[in-house]
Amino acid sequence: MSDALEAEETFLDRYPAEAKIVRSAFLGSFLALTLGAIFGIIQTLHRTGIFRGIIDSSDYYTVLTAHGVFLVISFTVFFLVGLFTWAVVRSLDRPLVNIKITWTWYLLMAGGMTMTGISILAGFVDAIDMSADVLYTFYAPLQAHPLFYTGLAVFIVGSWLAGADWFRTWLAWREENPNERIPLQTFMVLTTMIMWYIASSAVAASVLIFLLPWSLGLIESVNPTLTRTLFWFFGHPVVYFWLMPAYLLWYTVLPSIAGGRLFSDPLARVVFVLFLLLSTPVGIHHQYLDPGIAEGFKFISMTNTMFLLLPSLLTAFTVVASVEYGARQRGGTGVFGWLRLLPWRDPAFTGMMLAGLMFAAGGFSGMVNAGMNVNYMIHNTIWVPGHFHLTVGTAVALTFMAATYWLWPQITNKPIYSSQIGLFQVVLWFIGMALMSNAMHAQGLLGVPRRTAEPEYSGFDYPVAFGGFEELNVQIAIGGTLLFLSTVLFIGNLVLTMGNPRVSGIAETLRPALSGPDDAPEVLDDLRIWVGIAVTLVVLAYALPLAAIINDGGLLGPGVGTYPVWIDAAVGTLADVAVPAAWSLVDALAFLGFRLLDAAASGVVA
Amino acid sequence: MHIHAYEKIWLALSIVLILFLLGSVTYGAVGPGVAMVADSEAQIDANALDEDDRFAEPRVEQVGENEYEAYVVAYQFGFDPSPIVVPEDSTVTLQITSRDVIHGFEVAGTNANTMAVPGEVAEVTVEVGEPQEYGIVCNEYCGAGHHGMEGKLHVVTEEEFESEDGGDSE
Repeated sequence: MSDALEAEETFLDRYPAEAKIVRSAFLGSFLALTLGAIFGIIQTLHRTGIFRGIIDSSDYYTVLTAHGVFLVISFTVFFLVGLFTWAVVRSLDRPLVNIKITWTWYLLMAGGMTMTGISILAGFVDAIDMSADVLYTFYAPLQAHPLFYTGLAVFIVGSWLAGADWFRTWLAWREENPNERIPLQTFMVLTTMIMWYIASSAVAASVLIFLLPWSLGLIESVNPTLTRTLFWFFGHPVVYFWLMPAYLLWYTVLPSIAGGRLFSDPLARVVFVLFLLLSTPVGIHHQYLDPGIAEGFKFISMTNTMFLLLPSLLTAFTVVASVEYGARQRGGTGVFGWLRLLPWRDPAFTGMMLAGLMFAAGGFSGMVNAGMNVNYMIHNTIWVPGHFHLTVGTAVALTFMAATYWLWPQITNKPIYSSQIGLFQVVLWFIGMALMSNAMHAQGLLGVPRRTAEPEYSGFDYPVAFGGFEELNVQIAIGGTLLFLSTVLFIGNLVLTMGNPRVSGIAETLRPALSGPDDAPEVLDDLRIWVGIAVTLVVLAYALPLAAIINDGGLLGPGVGTYPVWIDAAVGTLADVAVPAAWSLVDALAFLGFRLLDAAASGVVA
Repeated sequence: MHIHAYEKIWLALSIVLILFLLGSVTYGAVGPGVAMVADSEAQIDANALDEDDRFAEPRVEQVGENEYEAYVVAYQFGFDPSPIVVPEDSTVTLQITSRDVIHGFEVAGTNANTMAVPGEVAEVTVEVGEPQEYGIVCNEYCGAGHHGMEGKLHVVTEEEFESEDGGDSE
């Protein structure tokens, strides 16, 4: 971070109104991260049997739903909208068309997420007849309170408006700059948003046509295979929606931090186009074990999935090559000797590099998940959360945290309180995740299921391998605790940063790619072509399976009941050991959090 | 568009890896004959399982020499029958459905694993060997008592199977 170069202005100096929205989005994101981490540590200790005094097992699923929804919907997507707003405005070097529209989508998203959050957290309070213990996947016929589905719908509509806002800004820029190539960051934002429109249309349809009317009692039943398939139509591309902001940072920010330049702008565009095309027609790979879907459809989905490895493998090459270029610019030599000349003391750099390294490990376990036959060994075991804690839980989350150390000063003019704490924090995350995720993968191979409050059973013991079930539990608990501490350090460092005075002279510039956009074929920028191909691929992958599901089971299912998730009297005995004090604490924290978010939102609007 | 030579090599290796992965699954299906859970069975009314001749009385049935079929119902929060008792060294086709919400059916530590979806019937064929007791877990969240949902698969000797079979049916 030594080279201030010719830059004098930070993003805040140049675009104060936009910087405010980016900050608000990040604050929403970090609030969700805080809540998610609290639920994460409760879960880790409970599930592994280290400490079960905080919640009782029937409420584990409220915690799990909150952990999932707050982290993978709220934390990730709020960060994304902040980052994308920054990227569009920065790379087009023009303000948003109408900041009121921008605040509208922000408030819709915040409002929607608050509704969904309340419906989940109400599950802790017996006095409130509301619950949404349906986990992040909300598989029918388990049924959540209507507020849960309504909030999700509002949130998604807000995200659509955000995309429209960025598209509109780009169109305005194009008027002003005819015949210019779309700047790389804006290109990444636009392709990612096209993918999001295609993917989220299915879950919006599922919620608005089936789940919400059903939860309101307007229709009697739903077809579980149909709503599940519509969920995964969205559920796989959403992982790329989490990942694309991280990729944007790896491609456009990381090389500059390393003192280098992006290797190739055209290939970065190719990678984003590949993600746009291939992210969606793969969702059935989450349903390899579903009865009611023919083997051929599963095979098509697997083929697309395997080809989706390609853009990630290309990214691995480009990122390493760009960073190596930076090191060699600094005088690095040798086959590996250049590694020593990288800025390892910079938490932004080290965090992103460690995130990328772990993403490679996540890629390997992902290949196992994607293999139709080996998947039987690990489907719905704790291997799967082991996998996605490497991908969304590290490649994405750690990159976001690391990037914050770089980006936050640009949008606030306040230097980070402590780089040393930041560096310690990102390394701690890496160590904690290495322990936790590795042990989760190993337990998965023993057959230990995911999504359960008590993975030990009375009737049998797990096979003994990898140190055995108990020892792996300890590793998971230690890893989870380190991750929680790392989150506390991150949030703490950021809060202290907010107390820093504003300074000048901390502006950073991003350098252009070695091989610039002029080397890229013009066709790459013709978004209409890619929309056309992406939609065609989705239709090819989904038209027949959806038609078959509806034909076989009917739109409203072949006769399936409704199962609201209110706590069952049959397991009420377990509830006797509840700790009401802990509830109130968690509730108070959560509601306080939401108030803060609202206050932050309305404060910055006014 | 300029593509660096190293990048071309990397790209080629990546495509080889992808084709290898696809090839290995295809070989698994065609060679050793690893079959997938698919849509082989018709849909069923989950609210009226007692009218279905397979699931009205969940049970194990002999359908050929050394071949058995097991009809299994998953429910909040258990499996019926439990234990599922089958003789050693036999081929067992499990037909599994759910009478309420989505469940999982996983013989712990093996690759016998499927979703149990209300309205659908999953079919899984397994080869069992030596007498052994296996645990069956529900691996999909199914409600507040999910963690207590377990079953058993008992592979017993020929003789034990005969005596038990004679004991509780015909």
